[in-house]
Amino acid sequence: MELSRRTFLKGAVIGGTGFSLLGFDLAPAHAQLKELKIARATETRSTCPYCAVSCGVLIYTIGDKAKNVTPQVIHVEGDPDHPINRGTLCPKGASLYQDILNDRRLLKPQVRRPGSQQWEDIAWTQALDEIAQRIKKTRDDTFIEKDAQGHTVNRCESLAFIGGCTDTNEFNYLVVKTMRSMGLTFIENQARV
Amino acid sequence: MTNGWIDIKNTDLALVMGGNPAENHPCGFKWVIEAKRNRNAKLIVVDPRFTRTAATSDLFCQIRAGTDIAFLGGMINYAIANNRIAHDYLLNYTNAAFIVKEGFKLPEDGLYSGFDHATQTYDRSTWTYEDGSDSGGVVASHAAPAAAAPGAPKPLPPLPAKVAYDLTLQHPRCVFQLLKQQYSRYTPEMVERVTGISKDQFLKTAELFTSIRKDGDMKKVATIIYAVGWTQHSFGTQTIRTAAMLQLLLGNVGRAGGGVNALRGHSNIQGATDLAGVFDILPGYLKVPTPADGDLAAYLKRTTPTSSKPNPWDSYNYWSNTPKFTVSLLKSMYGDAATKENQWAFDYLPKVDRNYSWTQIWDNMYRGSVKGLLAFGMNGVAIGPDSQKNIEALKKADFLVVGEIYPDETSEFWRSPGITLDEMKTIQTTVYRLPCAGFAEKDGTMTNSARWLQWKYAAVPPPGDARLDQDILAQIFLKVRGLYQTRGGKFPDPILNLTWAYSDPQHPPLAEVAKELNGKALADLTDPKTQVTIKKGQQVPGFAWLKDDGTTACGNWLYAGSWTEAGNQMARRDTSDPSGLGVYQNWAWSWPANRRVMYNRASCDPSGKPWDASRKQVWWNETAQSWVGNDVPDFKLDSNPKDHMGPFIMNPEGVGRIFGPLAAFADGPFPEHYEPIESPVANLFHPNQPNNPVVKKMKTPADKYAGPNDGYNVICTTYRLTEHYHYWTKNNPMNVQLVPEPFIELPVELAQELGIKGNDKIKVSSIRSYYIAKAFVTKRIKPMMIDGKKTYQIGIPIHQGYRGIQEDAGRDARTILNRLTPTVVDPNAYTPEFKGFLVKVEKV
Repeated sequence: MELSRRTFLKGAVIGGTGFSLLGFDLAPAHAQLKELKIARATETRSTCPYCAVSCGVLIYTIGDKAKNVTPQVIHVEGDPDHPINRGTLCPKGASLYQDILNDRRLLKPQVRRPGSQQWEDIAWTQALDEIAQRIKKTRDDTFIEKDAQGHTVNRCESLAFIGGCTDTNEFNYLVVKTMRSMGLTFIENQARV
Repeated sequence: MTNGWIDIKNTDLALVMGGNPAENHPCGFKWVIEAKRNRNAKLIVVDPRFTRTAATSDLFCQIRAGTDIAFLGGMINYAIANNRIAHDYLLNYTNAAFIVKEGFKLPEDGLYSGFDHATQTYDRSTWTYEDGSDSGGVVASHAAPAAAAPGAPKPLPPLPAKVAYDLTLQHPRCVFQLLKQQYSRYTPEMVERVTGISKDQFLKTAELFTSIRKDGDMKKVATIIYAVGWTQHSFGTQTIRTAAMLQLLLGNVGRAGGGVNALRGHSNIQGATDLAGVFDILPGYLKVPTPADGDLAAYLKRTTPTSSKPNPWDSYNYWSNTPKFTVSLLKSMYGDAATKENQWAFDYLPKVDRNYSWTQIWDNMYRGSVKGLLAFGMNGVAIGPDSQKNIEALKKADFLVVGEIYPDETSEFWRSPGITLDEMKTIQTTVYRLPCAGFAEKDGTMTNSARWLQWKYAAVPPPGDARLDQDILAQIFLKVRGLYQTRGGKFPDPILNLTWAYSDPQHPPLAEVAKELNGKALADLTDPKTQVTIKKGQQVPGFAWLKDDGTTACGNWLYAGSWTEAGNQMARRDTSDPSGLGVYQNWAWSWPANRRVMYNRASCDPSGKPWDASRKQVWWNETAQSWVGNDVPDFKLDSNPKDHMGPFIMNPEGVGRIFGPLAAFADGPFPEHYEPIESPVANLFHPNQPNNPVVKKMKTPADKYAGPNDGYNVICTTYRLTEHYHYWTKNNPMNVQLVPEPFIELPVELAQELGIKGNDKIKVSSIRSYYIAKAFVTKRIKPMMIDGKKTYQIGIPIHQGYRGIQEDAGRDARTILNRLTPTVVDPNAYTPEFKGFLVKVEKV
């Protein structure tokens, strides 16, 4: 008799409490099933952001259906259908819930001014305006159209972009598009190190 | 990985070296255990430490960090000496029979032919094949290379179209004989003296590994699995090459349960490489244009290889399609502004003729020429190497933009430990810290180590005022573009003409970007062979449809096929696996063309029949006159085996390269053992040439390197713990509970010598800086005898910083491990040498 995780639990319900044909008490499993907190949650398929095994993870949220309500993550677990991890997760993947709901998360833009000893809050518009102006000024001040031999090079060597290990492919393509178009040659990524 | 995670279950023997997957890739390592359980596969682990991977092995060798080439070279020597090689595979699928040009010299003295001591570079013109055009034959015309710029190195001549060869493998200059000669110096005795692995243990290991080719049997397969323990050396690329050569010699590449398998350490650095998040490539591994190219035609001529093979053989030479991939990329980026008249906007791309890699960013910033840095999810100070140099560099920058989800070391460099309030006043860098989105808040794809692209969905919005990374990038770019529109400025054309036709330009939906990566038809297209038509505006079904005449656009040719008219292939979730080989053809999507095992033509003998009938991947169907199989054939489908087309279709030779010709590598066509930049011993192969001759040290005052004579004689290596992920999980309460404190792992014998007990606070110093943590006295690292001298190795986990739960609570020493590591890089991949540097250890 082959039992999958789900039919096992279903069998437990049908069999009720007491000792089943398996020879041990399934009451706790029964109780667990009745009270599963994910029963009415939305299941979202995601991928673990840590190593490159790419374990499938399921993120369970509640409150999604109500208007103007921010969904709340209540549980994260390995995706049992995923052919690589088959529902398993390592100590890092198993604690992803605390990565999503973490009181150390950065919540607002900040700036540290020259010579300052602290962070101060800054509005998004202000921050993005200042960054764009700095990029343009630095680029215009240092842009190299031709090298010493007269070859067209159209590059900006005074700005650098470094990308992280969890950036999506699509984000990476937007980096290529925008940064190479601005002439950046210093474009690097965790992939190098 | 040439193969994939699940495919490991098909192996008969796994060599894990330069990696510790039981701890760093636990859910992938389960497939090694499956192979052990179900196939009685054997596991060999070679590592400086007795890791948890080693604990599951059948055979373990403790190796001195940085001597992997000596070990693997010894394996090649053993395989050849004992005839444990895949003869037919070697002859037909590699360049073993190719004859190398006269004048090529092996590095008995540590140097190949063509070394220039003044520039520390090689003239690689002798690193090529002998021209095999017979007197009556016609030499394929290769136009003379473009004239070199004054002072620029002479361009290399192309590979000969017809290569001289000797199928008896007896010619003294054929690749096989040179290989044999090269590694004849790597005797078991030399392996023992250099690596510290005893001759007996080495022979046992070599015997076990090569046993899969006992008596010429081709059924069994071995896999080699590695990670950054191989890449993070000043000869990292060559270490991996030695493994690839060994696998070719034993006929293990392209086969289920075989291959050369890099375990990527992060969720999407495979994708970041595919998408050219690094300076030296364009998406899909296209080469970057150089100033000397001058125009698109010259660039394409330089970067599009012509086939080079024995005359009777065939070579697909798939990179001959480079112009189609390049023009489609330019059309994807610049749309209608890319026209035939302006060479598809070729001038818009910056031209690259020097090293702009990771350590160069920090070096140039330190020297004052890099003035602004944008860091998205990349903690450059903690990542190092030489974190203090990176901090000093940031002090000199005008501005830094950090997009992060947690407070990190880079954004707080200006108040890193040791900087006083007075010094802070002198640091003029403006730092913007922008709150980004975590993985659960973003959709899109990441590419795993097995080249699978898997679509994920956003579960929740970013918290507080945090924004999606792609939105922040779009908003910065659109503001910059707006400034150029209103005020003008230097060469605004590429900025103004970049395609940005997203339904919501300020918030580009990643589904639209994913479709852009796949590519689409810009005109009605018809396949001349099948008469199949796709309409203008439709997604291309695959890269075979791409054109070099501007009628297709494609962001990354390798990803063509990932989002077709049939929908998002990367979101597929079919769990069926009819072959039982773990192919999962309809789960997600794998590049290239949804192939799961690369070079799988090599899983068959030259006649097209699988080497092992129980692991049938692809095969030649004579009736259908086509290659068919359980996986997508990585081959020209209608190429009859009689035509002898090589299975390694991305090489102009069509075969695997045991000899890496011309510009393939900066430091030699075969790997040679060199010592790490900081090494406690002389190079026993050639004492006059201790290090990789083309590797250059950095020259700022921050760059210091030491030897044993400076008092640094303990070898240090760095590693990760299963409970932590880089510099990230120190913000996660559960992971911090599991391993709350940093530690330094050192051998019992060294601890006794220094009077150190477990839990004592100790200080490890390199010539650059120091690191303080508690001692973890262990038997997992034993003292080694290196050339008769007792030598110690220690290991330090990388995870500590100065911002984190414990750090903020003042519960540890708040030092960054990478303050210790030297800035020196591999000459091919530019990866820093994090492993195997010198330190001294003392009690605090």
